Amino acid sequence: MNMAVVTETLQLRLTPPVRYVLRWADTALIHAQRLAEWCGHGPVLEEDIALTNMALDLVGQARGLLTLAGQLEAQGRATPFDEDALAFWRDERDYLNLTLVEQPMRRSSAHSPGGDFADTVLRNLLLASWFKQGWKGLLTSSDAELAAVAAKALKEARYHQQHAADWVVRLGDGSDESQQRMRAALLRAWPYTAEMFVDDAVDTAAAASGLGPARSALRAAWLAEVGQVLDEATLALPADPQSVSTGTQGVHSEHMGFILAEMQSLQRRFPGGVW
Amino acid sequence: MSDAKQEWPLWEVFVRPKAGLDHKHCGSLHASDAKMAIQMAREVYTRRQEGTSVWVVRSSDITASDPADKDMYFDPMEDKVYRHPTFYELPDSVNHM
Amino acid sequence: MYTQAMDTGPKEERKAVRSAAEAELEARFESHIDEGDFIEAKDWMPEHYRKTLVRQISQHAHSEIVGMLPEGNWVTRAPTLKRKAILLAKIQDEGGHGLYLYAAAETLGTSRDQMIDALHSGRAKYSSIFNYPTLSWADIGVIGWLVDGAAIMNQVPLTRCSYAPYARAMVRICREESFHQRQGFDALNVMMREGTAAQKAMVQDAVDRWWWPSLMMFGPPDGESTHGAQSARWGIKRISNDDLRQKFVDATTDQAKVLGVTPPDPLLKWNDDRGHYDFGPIDWAEFWRVVGGHGPCNRERLDARIKAWDDGAWVRDAAMAYARKQTMKKEAA
Repeated sequence: MNMAVVTETLQLRLTPPVRYVLRWADTALIHAQRLAEWCGHGPVLEEDIALTNMALDLVGQARGLLTLAGQLEAQGRATPFDEDALAFWRDERDYLNLTLVEQPMRRSSAHSPGGDFADTVLRNLLLASWFKQGWKGLLTSSDAELAAVAAKALKEARYHQQHAADWVVRLGDGSDESQQRMRAALLRAWPYTAEMFVDDAVDTAAAASGLGPARSALRAAWLAEVGQVLDEATLALPADPQSVSTGTQGVHSEHMGFILAEMQSLQRRFPGGVW
Repeated sequence: MSDAKQEWPLWEVFVRPKAGLDHKHCGSLHASDAKMAIQMAREVYTRRQEGTSVWVVRSSDITASDPADKDMYFDPMEDKVYRHPTFYELPDSVNHM
Repeated sequence: MYTQAMDTGPKEERKAVRSAAEAELEARFESHIDEGDFIEAKDWMPEHYRKTLVRQISQHAHSEIVGMLPEGNWVTRAPTLKRKAILLAKIQDEGGHGLYLYAAAETLGTSRDQMIDALHSGRAKYSSIFNYPTLSWADIGVIGWLVDGAAIMNQVPLTRCSYAPYARAMVRICREESFHQRQGFDALNVMMREGTAAQKAMVQDAVDRWWWPSLMMFGPPDGESTHGAQSARWGIKRISNDDLRQKFVDATTDQAKVLGVTPPDPLLKWNDDRGHYDFGPIDWAEFWRVVGGHGPCNRERLDARIKAWDDGAWVRDAAMAYARKQTMKKEAA
């Protein structure tokens, strides 16, 4: 199948099914991008390896999902956009990841202080639990390819969740300093969790067509699992968020521009390049 | 220079790549507890291949006796797998005295 | 990936033998070596042997860890998702290799913390190839082709090192290493065959900057090396840096032709009489400057490692605090 060669920002037909798949894909992709920042900088070598492994899994998931999104987007057109066209040539407004994954993890930028390892393990927990529920629901997707991606990804998400949960407990119930940092990380991250469970027309359409679960369907099991881990970690559940972030609508935080500028830079600098 | 007893303990890793084979010693790693040790062993020594069985044992818990030259065996730490600075940690309850 | 020859280590020691018993131990040790037997962790070994190995293995481990940094520099900018995945896997491998090597060194009586302290304080070295900056994506491919290529050449003999834990770690490492060189070469090959003019220029520029430092990975010329025949007998050190360097030049010059790049050496020329490529003089002043701490990135690399370690202290301490709490709970139960 011919893939479109891309040398400028994509003009996409973002139908509800395409949007639905991109939300999963982009959340995996941007989270992987942040995790990759830890390469060579982890608190201990063994954990460096584990985080890199996690990033590798997520890149694999993103690739499968983006390929599928490209095929769905191309309906009727001979040349679908492939995983790289979508990863590197979309405009910021067309990335549909959760805002949570854009938040700093390790590095600071000129505009904001960085995150730390507490942010990382907490975010890994929140996301892995979310993905777990999502992949479970997607096992029976009306799209066979999406179901196949979900089957493989569910195993990985279980592993990520276990690893993250162990760390959240260790740090939550570790030293005074680690507990303080975990509490701070929890307060930073929690407002972004509302977006994980709020439905819009895309979710409703996906649930109706059998493409996959609506986000609201994921909440109960997620909260039970995350709640249990936080409890074991001696961390109190924060108050319910008072607003909903909008990354899944394509309206991101200030961090997204920097993430994309870095990620997309080579393809944009060498348009038509072959890698 | 950090305190030897603050260092994460050392664990020896044994992997059985598939059913029917023996567990084989692969090397060691540092982890703060057994759960972490198993997970790390999977990440590092099996690259998470399924079907592999992983054993981890605190290096200091292994009793060893294997030198070829028994007569030449002088080492006072003769029952440890090797001489390591952290193998004689005090029990945790005593560390806080 | 491995290092240049670490011939800047301690000189050969010929201490006076202390006692008849020790003399006998040493004689037996040497005869084991002569018979090609392996030495395991609990076997008696001369102190010089043990010290040399601790130094060499730990420096090899440090090289793997520091080597994650120049490549980590490009992982968020990898030009395709496939290349991103490949690079992540490679960096992960390098971390794993460092870990196998630290594990091997720990069987000789040192600890991970002690080794890291030696690195951070400057007492232990790492391969100075990693003191060069990765300035373009093509650098990543060239590192795979040239730096990993040199590392493989340096490493294969170590699979026959007399100290078995090191030899076993090296067998594991070498098995995983060939993927690294191949992916680097492949990345360059794709750009040179199918890429744009700008990509090809990027590749040539990277070769221009990494060629000579790669040749330096084999260490100073034989005449100036401090290694001894004894270390060579023990399988710890090679006999000849120059022979390996020549082998490397021969292989890579042919590979460069396949790629369509030109090594930055106007004197590089096939010599029929010798059956090898002649090549130009290496700037040893630069080598010693970089080894001595004055390369482009020495300070940055070390600072990054120190920062990672220091920033991670609360994490490591917390994990131990948690483990202690759990142990006390169990004991109280």
